[in-house]
Amino acid sequence: MSLFKVFDVAGSAMNAQSVRMNVTASNLANAGSVSGDADKVYRARHPVFATFGNALANETGVAGVRLQGVIESQAPLQVQHRPDHPDADENGNIFVSNVNTVEEMVNMISASRSYQNNVEMINTTKDLLLQTLSLGR
Amino acid sequence: MKLQPFAHFEQALQQRALRNRVLSSNIANADTPNYKARDIDFGTALANASGSQLSLAKTSELHRNAWGTSSVGADVKYRIPMQPTLDGNTVETDVEQAAFAENAVQYRATLAFLDGQIRTLRYAIKGGD
Repeated sequence: MSLFKVFDVAGSAMNAQSVRMNVTASNLANAGSVSGDADKVYRARHPVFATFGNALANETGVAGVRLQGVIESQAPLQVQHRPDHPDADENGNIFVSNVNTVEEMVNMISASRSYQNNVEMINTTKDLLLQTLSLGR
Repeated sequence: MKLQPFAHFEQALQQRALRNRVLSSNIANADTPNYKARDIDFGTALANASGSQLSLAKTSELHRNAWGTSSVGADVKYRIPMQPTLDGNTVETDVEQAAFAENAVQYRATLAFLDGQIRTLRYAIKGGD
């Protein structure tokens, strides 16, 4: 029964959105973390979604979501001059992580809404399948 | 009795299921950059599917007509977005959700029609009750 494919599609999307939630949680947890070395400070991460293979080309109508990778934000680090900080470098500077808290909160809400959408989709499709099974009863 | 049960309802269900898959793919890809939302034109798709009916050859007048469906011809087209986004994604979640709900209701309606026909046939076979 072709409706079963919806579970795969919605499942792949839920998987991708949950990765997005995890990445957002990591970003928020590390917001404001500092280091005296610009290479060691935490940089915001963002997941990149893509559609499965050549799903758009075929005519089955099915297109799942796949996580293409997680990229590190290239936004500039904030430099603070705090010579008294134990991690400060020789110039007395520390680097603050480039996590944008507002952006992360928006990401969190968006991911949570998309996840809910997919759950609703699975529920509706499950109802349809169960009704199809009980045809003629 | 000219028996042609479930005519078109089978194809209608298959087209509804296909549309359900397409719309669910759209909702699933609501956050995928460069994904283009798609939909099917139900009327055209059903007409195509009904037109491609397979029938069995009859060698006797006593043979009954038999119908089979060929594979569902998908007529998937891209949706024109009302508010295109910067990342090239053309999924508008509210539009897709409305279409998904509509399609689910129509799937249920088709099921109800089918169910009615099955009940009618059973009524005729059992002679009541």
